[in-house]
Amino acid sequence: MQMNMVASINNALKLCMQENKDVVLLGEDIGRDGGVFRVTDGLLDAFGSDRVIDTPLAESGIIGTSIGMALGGLRPVPEIQFAGFMLLGFAQLVNHAARFRGRTRSGMSVPMVVRTPASGGVRTLEHHSDSPEAFYSHIGGLVVVEPSNPYDAKGMLIKALHMNDPVVFLEPTKLYRLFKQDVPETMYEVPIGKANVVREGNDLSIITYGTMVPVVNNVVQKRNIDAEVIDLRTINPLDEKAILDTAKKTGKVLIVHEAELSFGAGAEIAARIAEKAMYDLKAPIIRVGSHSLPYPFPGYENYYVPNELKVSKAIDKLLSS
Amino acid sequence: MQKRVFDGSIDYIQIMDEEGNIDSSLMPKDISDELILKMYRNMALARAFDAKALSLQRQGRIVTYAPLLGQEATQIGSGMAMRDSDFFVPNFRQHALYLIKGLPIENMFISLRGFEDGAKAPQGFRGFPVAVPVGSQVPHAVGLAYALKYKKTGSAVVSYVGDGGTSEGDFSEGINFAGVWKVPLVMIIENNQWAISIPRKNQTAAVTLAQKAFAAGLEGLQVDGNDVIAVYKTIRDAINLAAQNEPQVIECVTYRLGLHTTSDDPNKYRSPEETKEWERRDPMVRVRKYLTKKGLWNEETEQKMADEYRELIDTGVAKAEAFKPDPKSMFEHIYSFMPETLKQEEDDAAASNYWQQ
Repeated sequence: MQMNMVASINNALKLCMQENKDVVLLGEDIGRDGGVFRVTDGLLDAFGSDRVIDTPLAESGIIGTSIGMALGGLRPVPEIQFAGFMLLGFAQLVNHAARFRGRTRSGMSVPMVVRTPASGGVRTLEHHSDSPEAFYSHIGGLVVVEPSNPYDAKGMLIKALHMNDPVVFLEPTKLYRLFKQDVPETMYEVPIGKANVVREGNDLSIITYGTMVPVVNNVVQKRNIDAEVIDLRTINPLDEKAILDTAKKTGKVLIVHEAELSFGAGAEIAARIAEKAMYDLKAPIIRVGSHSLPYPFPGYENYYVPNELKVSKAIDKLLSS
Repeated sequence: MQKRVFDGSIDYIQIMDEEGNIDSSLMPKDISDELILKMYRNMALARAFDAKALSLQRQGRIVTYAPLLGQEATQIGSGMAMRDSDFFVPNFRQHALYLIKGLPIENMFISLRGFEDGAKAPQGFRGFPVAVPVGSQVPHAVGLAYALKYKKTGSAVVSYVGDGGTSEGDFSEGINFAGVWKVPLVMIIENNQWAISIPRKNQTAAVTLAQKAFAAGLEGLQVDGNDVIAVYKTIRDAINLAAQNEPQVIECVTYRLGLHTTSDDPNKYRSPEETKEWERRDPMVRVRKYLTKKGLWNEETEQKMADEYRELIDTGVAKAEAFKPDPKSMFEHIYSFMPETLKQEEDDAAASNYWQQ
């Protein structure tokens, strides 16, 4: 069935809630309103207010109570309305969600999937466009994923809900309704911790994820470049093998993400290639990201987020070096 | 038009005064002398453990420790009021709860030696591990209570926060959620008057901490936290209400007679006179007076108990000191699966000699 990402995530939640009555959703406006992006539309009527919980407006409370629910045997799926507001729950994620398993030597665990819309490109107000994957990925104990298409979004969410770990599930706002894809209506998993080779190629490797996957694909297709495109899908834990394999294969690596360039996931990826595949490289690694400054007001976002031209010029530079 | 839209007031309860006299109008009929003796013995165990831990820390045999001296009645009274099916979610000073709820003493000392392995509790143990960031445990207690209600277990959650912790957002958010969700939660505010060096009066301008309940739509009550009988009765009543999905906030007014932690020196910020006054209100002294008057306690029984506890605690310490940490365990309990990259780090470290001591 043709689904956009909103529909495929809704479908994944519905299937998981049917499968396991311990799966509960909670967040601001997710019930009657169906969430500000309508991702949870219809689920309140289908599953009732004990399982689709409209919470008070408090992000630390949402994540903190979700941790308690998970420790009490439920599988909570908290929704944080925008990634920018998730910082209020950051302490709970870092101090507790990430640590409970270790601090009890697996005596307790926190199976929980924190969903939040992330990244920009849709002309929103301040704090509604952030790309926070790097700081969550810096925290051992959290799993951080970001799908780039409806099929992966559904399969990864189902996989996340079948795991016994705290998962930060970043949903690129821009891709929610950008395109539809054929998505099975049945249950299926897409692996977490495994990158996807979007297309094979020989002249260079482009390692990317999230909102930048369609941008990269457009450039490569329009210019008919023989590029290997890797969609990481999972930021932490990193699929290091996929990264090193493609780096060794083409010898030229471009890393593209929407998050700020400095100290971003690209730095980690580049460092691993430098440590383990340096002598297979034919040119220095290039990183493309947003400028190293806070996400601007929407009027400036087109000057800020990497676009096709920026990616294209980086490809030229890499191919000519 | 003007009209009163909210009224709230906080009652304070004391049943046994500092001299061991009982207010019979408030004394529940089913609290027997046998039970009071048990309360006394449990408080003595907590105090003996506390003294041992402090001594071991001073010898460098355990890491930083947060003493509970003076707060025995709040912890033992509430712990004994819990039913077997109830859970507790502590902060970092409720050692007494672990002692009486079945966490082996050796586990406690393994934790105090600085190894996570101690927090791996026996199957069926119904307490959460220590939460160090102040107030951050409150939302966990509320979420746990939600899960227990959702699963129709009939269990309740008893959680603890300090006077300082009530200033944290997580406390306010937590009890606010509890009020909206109507979960089986008893929120104990263990007001020991000092958040390290900040006295209770500088923590909030509110007259009581219990009244914070009103803002969340809950009932609040204040109890003499050094009166083990009043704490027991109040928390038992609160649990019964909570189990009917009426969450409760109880402020236990007590006093930290000792240090915030072993890194702290209270002489820097409070007067010896103040501490002296609270020593007069020591939670154990009044119960000992009561039991002695009744002919149920004397020097000999005190000595016998002290010997018994010394052996119990020393055995726990010996077992904990025999514990050998395995650095691999750091890696193997972070995820439900082993990421390739983490495995590489573990293997590299294991293959090198970094871990030789």
